[in-house]
Amino acid sequence: MENIAEEVLKGNRLALAKAITAIENEYDNATEIMQKLYPHTGHAYVLGVTGPPGAGKSTLTDKLAKEYRRQGKTVGIIAIDPSSPFSGGAILGDRIRMNSLTLDPGVFIRSMGTRGSLGGLSHKTADAVKVMDAFGMDVIFVETVGVGQSEVDIVKAADTTMVVLIPGMGDDIQAIKAGILEIGDIFTINKADHDGADKLATELNMMLDLDGVIKDWRPPIMKTIANQNIGIKEVVETFGKHHKHIEENGQLTVRRTERTKNEMLDLLDSRIGQYIRSKVVDTGKLDELVAVIKAHETDPYTEANKIVHDLLK
Amino acid sequence: MDKIKVLVAKPGLDGHDRGAKVVARALRDAGFEVVYTGLRQTPEQIAEAAVQEDVDVVAMSILSGAHPHLFPAVVNLVREKGLKDALIIGGGVIPESDIPALKEAGIAEVFTPGTPTGKVVDFIKAHVKK
Amino acid sequence: MSNEHEKIQAELDKYNASVEKATAKFPLRDNVPEKGLYTPLDVKDLDYAEDLSFPGVFPFTRGVQPTMYRGRFWTMRMYAGFSTAEESNNRYRQLIAGGATGLSCAFDLPTQIGYDSDDPISEGEVGKVGVAIDSLADMEKLFEGIDLGKVSTSMTINAPASVLLCMYIAVAEKQGVPQDKLRGTIQNDILKEYAARGTYIFPPRPSMRLITNIFEYCSKNVPLWNTISISGYHIREAGSTAAQEIAFTIADGIAYVEAAIKAGMDVDKFAGRLSFFWNAHNNVLEEVAKFRASRRIWARIMRDRFHAKNEKSMKLRFHTQTAGSMLTAQQPDNNIVRVALQTAAAVMGGTQSLHTNSRDEALALPSESSVRIALKTQQIVANESGLADVIDPLAGSYYVEAMTNRIEKEALEYIQKIDDMGGAVVAIEKGYIQKEIQDSAYKWQMDVESGRRVIVGVNKYQIEEEPPKGLLKIDASVGEKQVKKLHEMKAKRDNDAVKAALADLKKAAEDENENLVPHILAAVKTYATLGEICNTLRDVFGEYEAHVSL
Repeated sequence: MENIAEEVLKGNRLALAKAITAIENEYDNATEIMQKLYPHTGHAYVLGVTGPPGAGKSTLTDKLAKEYRRQGKTVGIIAIDPSSPFSGGAILGDRIRMNSLTLDPGVFIRSMGTRGSLGGLSHKTADAVKVMDAFGMDVIFVETVGVGQSEVDIVKAADTTMVVLIPGMGDDIQAIKAGILEIGDIFTINKADHDGADKLATELNMMLDLDGVIKDWRPPIMKTIANQNIGIKEVVETFGKHHKHIEENGQLTVRRTERTKNEMLDLLDSRIGQYIRSKVVDTGKLDELVAVIKAHETDPYTEANKIVHDLLK
Repeated sequence: MDKIKVLVAKPGLDGHDRGAKVVARALRDAGFEVVYTGLRQTPEQIAEAAVQEDVDVVAMSILSGAHPHLFPAVVNLVREKGLKDALIIGGGVIPESDIPALKEAGIAEVFTPGTPTGKVVDFIKAHVKK
Repeated sequence: MSNEHEKIQAELDKYNASVEKATAKFPLRDNVPEKGLYTPLDVKDLDYAEDLSFPGVFPFTRGVQPTMYRGRFWTMRMYAGFSTAEESNNRYRQLIAGGATGLSCAFDLPTQIGYDSDDPISEGEVGKVGVAIDSLADMEKLFEGIDLGKVSTSMTINAPASVLLCMYIAVAEKQGVPQDKLRGTIQNDILKEYAARGTYIFPPRPSMRLITNIFEYCSKNVPLWNTISISGYHIREAGSTAAQEIAFTIADGIAYVEAAIKAGMDVDKFAGRLSFFWNAHNNVLEEVAKFRASRRIWARIMRDRFHAKNEKSMKLRFHTQTAGSMLTAQQPDNNIVRVALQTAAAVMGGTQSLHTNSRDEALALPSESSVRIALKTQQIVANESGLADVIDPLAGSYYVEAMTNRIEKEALEYIQKIDDMGGAVVAIEKGYIQKEIQDSAYKWQMDVESGRRVIVGVNKYQIEEEPPKGLLKIDASVGEKQVKKLHEMKAKRDNDAVKAALADLKKAAEDENENLVPHILAAVKTYATLGEICNTLRDVFGEYEAHVSL
């Protein structure tokens, strides 16, 4: 497809899909697409949804998206699933919970695999968000399995982050300790009709108040039964409240500035890395160097400094 | 990093998904990214999902005998929506005599019961436009 | 250990040593059981009176009737139905003229999922895997000229079972046959639809309500009707093992019994009308052991857990179908042999009725000549093989008894696990049962692909083949014809009466304490369509969203 960026701006869904593919697969035209789309970004509100496997995140996202649709807002969804570390393949299984949104012209769902930790997923996700933003989506969900650092990074692309938990998982508290507590602006206990929902809420409340610091935003704990559509409106309202809150206290600007800074740094890292690799790896110089380093005639630190100094002066 | 992305779909009302699920897993184990639609998808839903996911392959399974109607319907919609290059394949309880018409309609290959999953993987690798 | 056992153990040690030497030179084939020889030591804990007893006597391991096939053979019930009600009616009349007293109706997928033939989602599916039923008008045609007071009719219908049952009752009423004379079965087993077969409509909880409504209504009004056929068949088809088949099915059975008891019914009022539906797979002896184990497990659960007093409530009666998934598209005539062996397993396992699959079903719907061979297979096993001459002929085989114990143990472990989760409904909602089945299916497939499991004609002993001939083709215009009929019927009926009946049904559905069957019956009689009735219930109950994790 020619002129992908122009087509995205015209509202061509296939172009939107192709643009994300270009980003995901690092096609040559990806940078050009992003350059053209960037001026048109910054309008969408980005919601991160994370939590342990089996928490019902996709079903919840499906219902939340429908609520936004009822309010007349357009919705983009990026659903991320882990790739197999063995085969590199992935079952992208979130979409199946959102089938009834497929034919809604105001919704666009895209599944992505994590493709290992070196795939630059967080910056690809951020770019996919921008493409959906430029396309004109009002609200964009980024849904991930919250288990590791890369997922936490992905969620940083969001303006408001919701952590979804369910009662009776046994290791909920473990999951919370593992760093999820810090990233949640909102906590939602899904499947709240199951035993243990109140206990989980109590534990969460205790943990959130543990440091005794009075915060200007105390993450609320919501309860939902997503598959019965219970508690959905309330979550959407809370998203709105949080949005308003961080807009008023300037946090939204701070977050977005921080994000832009990080993106810029990431981009620089990756560009410089690519540049250096192209000069060192592709020319065969690396192999020569490895040979002398292995013979202990010099060391990697000195050589790295030398290369950077020579190439970037 | 280029990955082959496949939409595994169950068009129509047929609930027999043993084959579709086994194939989905086998494709994953072959290193593909697999989106499984689940049961009861209309041709329109399948084609739209294929577009949104920008898949390289659409793999469908039907055991109810509705393939003469549903397979071509999916092909037409996928092409109409502009996914010109996607490889579209089908499988299930499909009589030999129906296969020529399905191929004529744009189904690149038809896999009948007893096909090893490796054969599906090899076919995709050989014919996908990537 | 008794003296006798010690002697056997000593001899066995010698034998094992010699085998070890032999296998050093000639390694064993892949995929054979770990142990190659069974002895009295493997069944030394078996208590004849407790664990086996006599046919017709608790725990019914040896059979549910005292005489089994010495009185009469099992019911040879062939599942049939295709295209329109007129076409299927013809087939049924032929079957009855040929001496059949039992009909088994196959419905098309739109009917099974509660859509009318003119619903866009029905396109391409109408009349394909069974007969299309949109309203009472089609049901009247389906049974025209067939005395419903004389036949027993089995209907493979689940999510909308209540609607089809009501249509059947309404047809009978028009024939002048009262409800309490009607005999037959509805499958009505929604839990396995979520787990394995896929023709669900509503979420589990309202579906369970519909099922208990049927139990209650029939116990009062249609007492001879088998209100449910709790089915492992499809769980096995989806790829489960033998032990998983009976474990997940019995767990479903437990859920139904619990639901009915919770709804206030006395267990002995409905449990005698529960029946089961098993798969007859390729491994003959394992299948026999499975059938026997299932009877023993159910009997004990009904007596000890649900405190049934009536022995009828403890008897696991079952229908069997040979394994469709084991039919090969390659060398299809080989399937005749497979079906014969599966039939042998079902018969030695003591089935109450049997459907045998046709050789060409991996290729298309079965042709008439293939169906004939399948039925003849049953007749040959019944009359010529001797397998039906004595009751439970494999009892006492060290191997079969040990395997019966093994399968029972494995199944009970699964049932325990499911109980711990909160029962079958929760286990299905969590996707646990689906995942277990999928894992077994994947393992099977990988075993076939690696050659560890040999399927003749598929991964070994292949030959060059001509494409098969004489396959059944369904007339492509069936859908159009059916839609036309539906529209004509809608133009003729009293649409105000339909509206009123549907409004009444909706109100009843909103009240959890109301039995829905009388309301559905009233709606059916106004010629409200299956789709209209199911959509009314969809409005109140919502639709099930599948839990899939691969």
